[in-house]
Amino acid sequence: MSLFQELTDREHVFEFLTQVQSPVDVRHGPILYLEDVNVSFDGFKAINNLNLTIDDGELRCIIGPNGAGKTTMMDIITGKTRPDTGSVWFGSRHNLLTMNEPDIASLGIGRKFQKPTVFEALTVFENLELAMATDKRVFPTLTAIMKAEYRDRIDEVLEMIGLESLRDRLAGILSHGQKQWLEIGMLLMQKPRLLLVDEPVAGMTEQEMERTAELLTSLAGKQSVVVVEHDMGFVRSIARKVTVLHQGSVLAEGSMDQVSNDPEVIKVYLGEEA
Amino acid sequence: MWLTRPLQERSTQIFLGVLFAAVVLVTFLHLFMPQDSALHVSAFTVTLLGKYLCYALLAVAVDLVWGYLGILSLGHGAFFALGGYAMGMYLMRQIGDRGVYGDPILPDFMVFLNWQELPWFWHGFDMAWFAFIMVLLAPGLLALVFGFLAFRSRVTGVYLSIITQALTFALMLAFFRNEMGFGGNNGLTDFKDILGFNLRTDATRLGLFIATGIALAIGYVICRGIVTSKLGRVSVACRDAEARTRFLGYRVERVQLFVFVVSAMLAGVAGALYVPQVGIINPSEFSPLFSIEIVVWVALGGRATLYGAVIGAILVNYAKTVFTGIMPDAWLFALGGLFVLVTVFLPKGIAGLLQKRRKASQDDDTPTAQEATV
Repeated sequence: MSLFQELTDREHVFEFLTQVQSPVDVRHGPILYLEDVNVSFDGFKAINNLNLTIDDGELRCIIGPNGAGKTTMMDIITGKTRPDTGSVWFGSRHNLLTMNEPDIASLGIGRKFQKPTVFEALTVFENLELAMATDKRVFPTLTAIMKAEYRDRIDEVLEMIGLESLRDRLAGILSHGQKQWLEIGMLLMQKPRLLLVDEPVAGMTEQEMERTAELLTSLAGKQSVVVVEHDMGFVRSIARKVTVLHQGSVLAEGSMDQVSNDPEVIKVYLGEEA
Repeated sequence: MWLTRPLQERSTQIFLGVLFAAVVLVTFLHLFMPQDSALHVSAFTVTLLGKYLCYALLAVAVDLVWGYLGILSLGHGAFFALGGYAMGMYLMRQIGDRGVYGDPILPDFMVFLNWQELPWFWHGFDMAWFAFIMVLLAPGLLALVFGFLAFRSRVTGVYLSIITQALTFALMLAFFRNEMGFGGNNGLTDFKDILGFNLRTDATRLGLFIATGIALAIGYVICRGIVTSKLGRVSVACRDAEARTRFLGYRVERVQLFVFVVSAMLAGVAGALYVPQVGIINPSEFSPLFSIEIVVWVALGGRATLYGAVIGAILVNYAKTVFTGIMPDAWLFALGGLFVLVTVFLPKGIAGLLQKRRKASQDDDTPTAQEATV
């Protein structure tokens, strides 16, 4: 009956028409909401009844031993892997399980991969240009011109990631740490609501780590940031709230001190270090 | 505008300038030098040069997809030949009743095969505008359908190369059949005139040569316009890190499809200009070997430079003309040897050599000023 009313109502706007275009709804607090998510690969349960909520503007660190399901979780959020059961919501309006990778990206979820992948044959500036949140269809891209506001936006991000002096250099000549920052910069160009950062400091020097920590903490508040990291020192330096994953589900959640004193956590993870 | 941008660019200006000067010079030497002068360019040479320019345009088309998009097409000969066949069909219909059998409608080979009426796909080719549209449309449509299926399934790399190779091979076998209605293994030939001009006269040959030069210039500017646009940078991004580009929100398969179709159309135009100059089109243009040869021209000239493709195509084909004149049997060995030598000693082709030399001379002028800022 209600379906009939929907169909006869001239003013009714169907949900599927508004879904992609409408802004992310965070009035209820969480920007990302995973509930009872399960994924198994050939019988191996990579994700097991995972429940996770990220608030808008939050900086969250996710830790866990190898095989805890951290990367699979990222894959689910970005649409690369489809869960067997469960629901994944972005804000309270967008069901990510019904969307494909480019749609999710344009909705405002940016992902930084473990291994930095920048376009080495393009300059730092061009890398940022391609990442900019604009019309990504073929013909608008062909006829696109570099407007002053775009240039300003790129320069702004260049300053944030500290690569102003390397603006016109090929990305291929950057050091490992610089590539990581460039990649974070590329994510920022998309003006994401949620940043997924996979092991940002792997292979970095102490100094580079410090700058990365500064960069990530400065982003929180404006964006929500989820950092997956192995380096406990780094996590301690940036984290306000830490989630520990183990065998595909949440083992503990809380401040770094709480988590590191949790006997369960010490047993499965921190115990290895001690 | 993306099309006018390359015109403000130094390298394009130089390219167009050199091309223009070469065409004007050949025209001048052909028209105004006395027949017995050493500087006289014969009509035969003009046509030969026109043929090289067709190959150059074809090489530019291949470089666009290979150099900038990373799609190694080993089947571009198919698009070239389709454009050629579209032109050939027009030229056949222009023969009219001057053929050997004198049939006003049916081309000779159809009369020979006892066909009573024109197959449906031959209709319309008596009109130049229709044929010229088909020159773009036939290769474009094939590329669209083929590319849509291949790129949607994310077929890339070696697999795509093999499929393109299979595509052109399949078309060759199909066109060899008399039942296809394209003249079987004899192809289409015995052309009389184009747009009312007699193809046997020197003036028409010169006109075709100049038209090819213009087509090459336009094709070059179109390709350069694409690669200097943001879409060109997205293409390079697709080439180097396809998954990453997809995560940025670009529809990689559509970018690939667009560039692939443009490239196929350019190849079609090259084929269409080639046919009236060599006077024949037959299924051997579909042969996989020819498509591989095109890739060798581009590799020799220098990938992802466009002008390198032009240099490569002209040089290799000139060498081929010379070699097949002296030692016909040795040509393939020479080509293979050349390919090996260039890959070993000039990995970026002849264009890479030019770039290196220019960079060296620049470094002499401004000693490491750029390095100092790092």
